[in-house]
Amino acid sequence: MTGARHGVDGAGRAGGMRAGGVRGGVLPGPSGWHAVCRVTELLPERGAAALVAGVQVAVFRTFDGGLHAVGNLDPFSGAQVISRGILGCRDGAPVVASPMFKQVFDLRTGECLSEPGPALPVFGARVRDGRVEVSLTAAAWSGAGAAADAGVVLGGR
Amino acid sequence: MNGDGEGREGPLRVVVVGHGPAGHRLVEALRARDTAGACRVTVLGEEPRAAYDRVALTSHLTEDADLALPPHDDAVEVVVGDAVTAIDRGARTVTTASGRVVEYDALVLATGSSPFVPPVSGHDLPGVFVYRTIDDLDALRTHCTNLTLSRAEAGGVVVGGGLLGLEAARAVQDLGVDTHVVEIAPWLMPRQLDEGGGAMLRRHIEALGMAVHAGTPMERLDAGEDGAVASVVLADGSTVDAGVVVFSAGVRPRDELARSCGLAVGERGGIVVDGACRTSDPAVFAIGECAVVDGQVYGLVAPCFSMAEVVADRLLAEASGAECPARFEGADLSTKLKLMGVDVASFGDPFRADGLDVTYTDPVAGVYKRLVVSDDARTLLGGVLVGDASGYPALRARIGTELPGSPEQLLFGGTEAAGGDLPGATVICSCNNVSAEAIRTGIREGSLTEMGEVKACTRAGTTCGSCVPLVKRILDAELTAAGVEVSRALCEHFAYGRAELFDIVRVTGITTFTRLIAEHGRGRGCDICKPVAASILASLGNGHILDGEQAALQDTNDHHLANLQKNGTYSVVPRIPGGEITPERLIVIGEVARDHGLYTKITGGQRIDLFGARVEQLPRIWKRLVDAGFESGHAYGKALRTVKSCVGSTWCRYGVQDSVGMAIALELRYRGLRAPHKIKAAVSGCARECAEARSKDFGVIATERGWNLYVGGNGGMSPRHADLFATDLSDEELVRCVDRFLMFYIRTADRLQRTAGWLEGLSGGLEYLREVIVEDRLGICAELDAAMERHVGSYADEWADTLRDPERMRRFVSFVNAPDVPDPSIAFETERDQIRPVVVAGPELEVVVR
Repeated sequence: MTGARHGVDGAGRAGGMRAGGVRGGVLPGPSGWHAVCRVTELLPERGAAALVAGVQVAVFRTFDGGLHAVGNLDPFSGAQVISRGILGCRDGAPVVASPMFKQVFDLRTGECLSEPGPALPVFGARVRDGRVEVSLTAAAWSGAGAAADAGVVLGGR
Repeated sequence: MNGDGEGREGPLRVVVVGHGPAGHRLVEALRARDTAGACRVTVLGEEPRAAYDRVALTSHLTEDADLALPPHDDAVEVVVGDAVTAIDRGARTVTTASGRVVEYDALVLATGSSPFVPPVSGHDLPGVFVYRTIDDLDALRTHCTNLTLSRAEAGGVVVGGGLLGLEAARAVQDLGVDTHVVEIAPWLMPRQLDEGGGAMLRRHIEALGMAVHAGTPMERLDAGEDGAVASVVLADGSTVDAGVVVFSAGVRPRDELARSCGLAVGERGGIVVDGACRTSDPAVFAIGECAVVDGQVYGLVAPCFSMAEVVADRLLAEASGAECPARFEGADLSTKLKLMGVDVASFGDPFRADGLDVTYTDPVAGVYKRLVVSDDARTLLGGVLVGDASGYPALRARIGTELPGSPEQLLFGGTEAAGGDLPGATVICSCNNVSAEAIRTGIREGSLTEMGEVKACTRAGTTCGSCVPLVKRILDAELTAAGVEVSRALCEHFAYGRAELFDIVRVTGITTFTRLIAEHGRGRGCDICKPVAASILASLGNGHILDGEQAALQDTNDHHLANLQKNGTYSVVPRIPGGEITPERLIVIGEVARDHGLYTKITGGQRIDLFGARVEQLPRIWKRLVDAGFESGHAYGKALRTVKSCVGSTWCRYGVQDSVGMAIALELRYRGLRAPHKIKAAVSGCARECAEARSKDFGVIATERGWNLYVGGNGGMSPRHADLFATDLSDEELVRCVDRFLMFYIRTADRLQRTAGWLEGLSGGLEYLREVIVEDRLGICAELDAAMERHVGSYADEWADTLRDPERMRRFVSFVNAPDVPDPSIAFETERDQIRPVVVAGPELEVVVR
């Protein structure tokens, strides 16, 4: 991911979602972007949990300034702990490892890379005026191609 | 039983008399090869327990080791505690003491031997023991334990300065009795050693605090007023006080059953057998120490195993009516004595008169080495090593083969022979008769890459273990030849194992993960290598674990300085050193738990665990704990956890040292020390071992004279008793040993490797560990000591520091945008008057499983 990518398109994502064959769908909640904290409040290579319209979101800032938002619920343990996982990379993919049973998830797609199993929902994340914003409806739940843009690169950081 | 094979219906009925190592091996070999069920096996044993590892007998006494050999499968009937009393060869039955009558088609006598007790006056007094069975040792221990309480000054005499006698002497010494060794021959271990080796060995034995009387026969034993043995009178008129006497002066074959049924026996005892191990009755075999082959009785385990293998082959052939060429061809009598601190080895034939001697003596180091080579100096015939037997496996393997260089090279550098170049026929494991070729074949055919696999597949190294370094070298050579590089890479980001990474960090002085991975790795790390790097940086004393970039490396437990539980809450364990706590502090813990609604449970490590704390509650909980004088207990870290203790001599009627005081001192010394895995320890105030120290990474057990240190124990999934490392240490010696043990472990262990696995994987094992941290073979002790001093000097409580630092405190929020809103998914119900987690399902997730 080089260069800045912004403006994740809600409608486009919805199309990608169908194409990916995801049943279920988007978590309930108001559309639009929600500011959750200042960028500087996120420790590089570490996550934080945010409560967005009643949904727990894990927000991560990677070493290269990449920003990612996924569901905080660990589908393997049922606990809201994904934000406390260790970040890293696996074959070039930015990943988070669940602190509970160590399953590894691709931050861009939510896909579980370490074993067959449920994926994490992926949410939109961006920076506006030094604030981190999350959109529950802006990104698909899953689907490698569809959600690859969910990570937003912050130029220069 | 010639011709019976055809007339018999059903399987061949095999009865084995005696369930020692030889009988056990026979049955194991039969069962492994008898896939068709051609034999039905009944074992009748005299001892009250099934077969155990007699070679390791002493460890029963010194370490309370479980010596039981693996049980046979259900197809084998094993009767213990019922001695065979008669054999009717005509009817082909045996009768036992309980009146049981068992029919056989083939009978195998594996009755072993009994200790020889010279018929001197007083040999049957109370307080006189032999050294043969677990029962013998238990009786000896009971006697010595009572002795130390009632007659602490009483000495002990071991009659016999041979291999087993010296082992018995050391065991008696370890039971707290000053020991004298009486040997009738002019020097110790006369069957294995020459005079020079015997003299050097004597110096070592005397340095261990034992007195040696060689070349002095015993006259008689005298009783004291209580009727028990009180002294030993020697032929030179001298008298040695003795509260206990152990006879270990050789063994006699148990041939009484054979005699009573008319089988041929040797002039000096033993059941006469041919190369097939068949007695004078073709339906009866004899194996092990009760048999005499070509006039020779074999007392070592390896030839006994060979005989068992021969008979197993013979019986299977007989059951199927096949021919069988298996013969017992004599055996390698090489031995290596496993006496603590003294290496003694004898191999090949060190007494060959027609050979040339190459002798090396270093009286300062206490080393004596002698090689006997053929008169053209090209072939190794035998030799003796005392004080340094590191070359034993390689030298023994070279017996009878052409020397690769000069004898001097073999005596010094040559012992490092690469293993890969050993001739295929060379017997590497003499206990189990495994050749180099058999090991290589096993490795190739089974694609083996681990020592454990090689041992399991080939049996090499599974009995006395002395050949393990050599087997390892063969394995390494094979793997290298096959182009297999056993990857020690931590993960995709580092091509190094933890120990190498540790050295890189130590030598380069790197203090950040970013630099470490940029210069020595690739990518950006992961949940495997980041915590390893964090642990290494912490072990090398790089400040608070949540400082700067290090914070991002820690897993959630270290990151939040608490233990993550199943519902996303954390548990909190304040340090309670040694398990000692004042009533006031107990009340504080109770109040904190009550006020925050926490579940409380006493841990196995003598602490109190407070469960159910949400992230944002942790600082408030710890503020109160720190204010009351508590510190982090590091229950969340790969670090020292607790040093458990019994109440010790302060209160206990039996305690001999202040175990609580020592436990507290050790816990405070090592608190916060980051390691490859958690470290647990314990201190017991006497041999009753109420603190269960031997299940710990390091365990300390009080003696009348100081402390015994045990290392490498483990509870949990793979329990392991710790090995006795050193005895009767002073406080200072104990601390120095533990300092170095821990630091050496921290430097060299793999990721998530406990001390037990580390020690088992350590090439050279306990002896090597001793060489490194006691004798300073690698010259690193000063460094290890300095590293530990740095740790002790720089320790600070992680929680107190965290509470003082607003930057760190920002991590302890439930939500970055709603710091004080409790996680709504966390809920509790009540059970036995305390909370327990209810896992509330989050939003209904329907996702595709791919």
